[in-house]
Amino acid sequence: MTTVTDSHDDHHDHGPAKGWMRWITTTNHKDIGTLYLVFALIMFMLGGAMAMIIRLELFQPGLQFIDPGFFNQLTTVHALVMIFGGVMPAFVGLANWMLPIMIGGPDMALPRMNNWSFWILPFAFAMLLGTFFMDGGAPAGGWTIYPPLVLQGGNGFPFMVFAIHMMGISSVMGAINVIVTILNMRAPGMTLMKMPLFVWTWFITAYLLIAVMPVLAGAVTMLLTDRFFDTSFFSAAGGGDPVLFQHIFWFFGHPEVYILILPAFGIVSSIIPTFARKPLFGYSSMVYATSSIAFLSFIVWAHHMFTVGMPLEGELFFMYATMLIAVPTGVKVFNWISTMWKGSMTFETPMLFAIGFVIMFTIGGFSGLMLAIAPADFQYHDTYFVVAHFHYVLVTGAVYSIMASVYYWIPKWTGNMYDEKLGQWHFWLSTVSVNVLFFPQHFLGLAGMPRRIPDYSVQFTEFNMWSSIGGFAFGLSQVFFCYIVYKTIKGGEKATDEVWEGADGLEWTLSSPPPYHSFTTAPEIK
Amino acid sequence: MSSENAYFVPHDAKWPIVGSVGMTLLLGGFASQLNGSTSASNVMIVGFLILVYMMFGWFGEVIDESESGTYKSNEDASFRIGMIWFIFSEVMFFAVFFGALYYIRSFSVPWLGGEGSGVLTNEFLWNKFEAAWPTNGPGDVGGEYEKMGAWGLPAINTLLLLTSGATCTWAHWGLIANKRKQLIIGLALTVTLGFVFVGLQMLEYSHGYNELNLTMGTGVYGSTFYLLTGFHGFHVTVGAIMLTVMLVRSIKGHFTPEDHFGFEAAAWYWHFVDVVWLGLFVFVYWL
Amino acid sequence: MNKLKQLFAAGIASTFMSSVAYAEYGLNMPVGVTETSRQIYDLHMLILWVCVVIGVVVFGAMIYSMIYHRKSQGAVASQFHESMTAEIVWTVIPFIILIVMAIPATNVLIDMHDGSESDMTVKVTGYQWKWRYEYIGEDVSFFSSLDAKSNEARQVGSDIDPSTVENYLLNVDHPLVIPVGKKVRFLLTASDVIHSWWVPDFGWKKDAIPGFVNEAWVVVDEPGVYRGQCAELCGRDHGFMPIVVEVKTEADYAIWLADQKNAAAAAKLAAIEDLDPRELKRKGKKVYRANCVACHQKKGEGVPGVFPAIKGSAIATGDINEHINIIMNGKAGTAMAGFKDQLSDVELAAVVTYQRNSLGNKVGDAVQPAEIAVLR
Repeated sequence: MTTVTDSHDDHHDHGPAKGWMRWITTTNHKDIGTLYLVFALIMFMLGGAMAMIIRLELFQPGLQFIDPGFFNQLTTVHALVMIFGGVMPAFVGLANWMLPIMIGGPDMALPRMNNWSFWILPFAFAMLLGTFFMDGGAPAGGWTIYPPLVLQGGNGFPFMVFAIHMMGISSVMGAINVIVTILNMRAPGMTLMKMPLFVWTWFITAYLLIAVMPVLAGAVTMLLTDRFFDTSFFSAAGGGDPVLFQHIFWFFGHPEVYILILPAFGIVSSIIPTFARKPLFGYSSMVYATSSIAFLSFIVWAHHMFTVGMPLEGELFFMYATMLIAVPTGVKVFNWISTMWKGSMTFETPMLFAIGFVIMFTIGGFSGLMLAIAPADFQYHDTYFVVAHFHYVLVTGAVYSIMASVYYWIPKWTGNMYDEKLGQWHFWLSTVSVNVLFFPQHFLGLAGMPRRIPDYSVQFTEFNMWSSIGGFAFGLSQVFFCYIVYKTIKGGEKATDEVWEGADGLEWTLSSPPPYHSFTTAPEIK
Repeated sequence: MSSENAYFVPHDAKWPIVGSVGMTLLLGGFASQLNGSTSASNVMIVGFLILVYMMFGWFGEVIDESESGTYKSNEDASFRIGMIWFIFSEVMFFAVFFGALYYIRSFSVPWLGGEGSGVLTNEFLWNKFEAAWPTNGPGDVGGEYEKMGAWGLPAINTLLLLTSGATCTWAHWGLIANKRKQLIIGLALTVTLGFVFVGLQMLEYSHGYNELNLTMGTGVYGSTFYLLTGFHGFHVTVGAIMLTVMLVRSIKGHFTPEDHFGFEAAAWYWHFVDVVWLGLFVFVYWL
Repeated sequence: MNKLKQLFAAGIASTFMSSVAYAEYGLNMPVGVTETSRQIYDLHMLILWVCVVIGVVVFGAMIYSMIYHRKSQGAVASQFHESMTAEIVWTVIPFIILIVMAIPATNVLIDMHDGSESDMTVKVTGYQWKWRYEYIGEDVSFFSSLDAKSNEARQVGSDIDPSTVENYLLNVDHPLVIPVGKKVRFLLTASDVIHSWWVPDFGWKKDAIPGFVNEAWVVVDEPGVYRGQCAELCGRDHGFMPIVVEVKTEADYAIWLADQKNAAAAAKLAAIEDLDPRELKRKGKKVYRANCVACHQKKGEGVPGVFPAIKGSAIATGDINEHINIIMNGKAGTAMAGFKDQLSDVELAAVVTYQRNSLGNKVGDAVQPAEIAVLR
């Protein structure tokens, strides 16, 4: 098969358009991937800045800097920005860059829609962040936006609802594009069970996205009508139930957390074999484990709500189902270790981040298992123990995998090697500081500090100080990361096509940087 | 992927950014409107017009490309898979509201009425309330109202939509057999039935608001009733507009018996809307 | 920025040098003072140790591999990449471990759901941002909010060192009192948004949901004072609505209960008397500081866009009946709650009078408790 990307004669050898309009009208998967990644980095730093203010206020007991109401706005928007603006767009950016290349296709299947998926985001976030400047400030009911509290919000409330709608539209379009690309754009011979795991995990992630983003859209729509159109979905007087919202929200929310972690599994499953110089152990069991996790994610949602007073049978069901997740997740961890076992390992920055991921994500997994035990959760719930748990899985999990993938693929993207020494520094600075930041939070939670409070009793002082110091150091380390990325884009040692000695996969058969159109001729798949 | 064909990768997409601006103005204007701003409706109108302009432009471009033979089987497959998954996302959107209805009817209302784990809730907070359906809740929110019957307009509407599903399929048969007249008549009938449905639905709403005192504010019954039927009605409108476009295209001579994805997509959507209605008829009106 | 510097200097210094000052800090979940809390603690420790053991094995294997299977050690990569046996083993073994964990967890959960045969019942209602306790069948009920000292110290820029305040943020003006060794049933609900009632020493927290009642219970073994906090984000002052439970011996509890009943009767009598407007203003200031200040602020200036000002407001300077109505019944669709149930006739009359004649307002009229009583 000879594939030429464009049959229009005048478009032969089409390179990027000139000028800044290129970035607005582009349909190229690499350009859009870059846009997503840059956007994610900006949001990550912005969300991080909010976290810095939060940690500053929590440095000592007493309120030194900000009003408690503003504190709540910060925690709420920090979460929304990190989840919907940081991690998700970063993964979509990686998908855009890598999926077509990994399956040997010319581009994403629906390039114009791809452009729109991205270009909705800046507008949606402008709307969300704009709420800070409105009467009543930004939404302050927590990212879980539980009614009736969230309905008390100021003028920012409807803007937040519509911003979430727009993010949902963007995500669903992006996910449809991923699925169509994977199903329809594979090079001949690239069977489903030959696809790299990153492609597999994104395939399943995209399915989850399409299944649950509309659920969130429906939930926030009901919030909107409860506030402005007199409906009673979440009000007992009218026959509704505030807990109904929590059920709907977490029906979205639990798959959502897997949306934030499954692509990370894929990334780590690409990186560890490369640096162990050994094929991934248990490829097919990885695929099945990922699918089982995705399936289970739909039937465990109420473990986020053990304290709402569900009937006993409900609590037992959700406890058992949640505990089951440990099985496929364990399979993944064991497979990664088996991949490393008897390999010939080197520890470049991507590998360091991948190993950091496996260890610290597993710690987050352990605390997750503890949280699954309903009676114990009556103690853990809504404390800093939970905060520690989800930051272990999301920061040292999802974010670490994104860092790993940036180091892993940036030589391919830019054609330049990043500075290995700086990369190693970045890893160690981040890893030490992130543990100083989040590990003490386990103790805080167990000792009885609730989450989402701007001020605390003096017995929590010491660990909060540690946590804040770790937080500031971690924040600075990420500024350093921005510098490393900038430096790599600007120049550096030229990367070879293969980049890594043990690398396997179609992306390493293309030049570094790859041509504007990836595979104009479909590659041969062994 | 079939061989020989180059996959079409369009360039210079101008419409998405226009769409983003339009969407932002529309929704931002709506939000300001909800916050009580008086001039925001103008922003909404501008946003809406920009969105309409975007759709004309974007879909126009796609139709032109389609008619000039740019799309081969590969592109066609992408569109098909994409449309199927889009409809799946819509299914999930409706699932939320059906799910809410299910929860309210099976859990929250019975609990408030003192069944199951709701004994204490009923005893201490809503002592006089007895669970029943429909209900506007223990607070009698929205005041006295009457239930919307199933066997008047809704039954007629069911008939209309089912018939329109049939005429749509009949039109499709005509298209496959290259009977253009059957296609156009079939489509015209479908579109007409669709818009009549929307009209009757509006009539029903005015009946609800004016005579039954059944409003969105009528507790959970009013909430679920209007949100479920309202979103469905909105989807019927969208589907009917899509089919209208297909009708115009058919009249212009677009589509061939082998290649008519646009038509099929609109038809799939229409059937989806049809199925949702059946769910509505059973769970919202009838039971 | 000077303040920032000082703070950091002080903070870092105290972190490293004053572990004595904060000697009380905990590392682990409290064992607690109820059978349930001990069961939960045991469960917690069981899972924790299971996780530790698994962690040691898993991370041990990883570290071993990282040390010995590295290229710089001359390791040559094997190419094995599949083993059905291994996959089955590490699917089945975790499954068995999970079952072992699930059994005790199930038992504890079933126990906790059994609220029957209780000796007394307390209805707990969450308000923004305080708790109300009603002793069912005893005609005793009161509100419990953050104590005045903590409240003063926690204001932004108060310059009061929290470590000088006893039980900072964990103290209330009016603690819940229950007897030792009795099965006390709690009925939890809320009046505005969702709150969550949590005393770590009792072993559980339970959400207080507006419009619904949740049930929970305790039997406390030893008399003492147990402290906790609201655990569900409930708005601006979520961090400032602690819970204090005083567990007394049965005899002490009986005395306390009798005192409460007498006080309630006295308050009812007081409500009939008219008060001097100056006296009303004086009382009103206290009520305002305890109930209104969180939103409307100390000088009645409010928070622009969120909480309207009292100072010069159309309501506080307009028709007095409308003013009383809003304070008693709240304003639908806003954070303004109705205070009809939260405040007594005297308190309501006092706060209305105070708002109209203070905080920069000079309307000059007053309302008497008896007039409020008529409006109930």
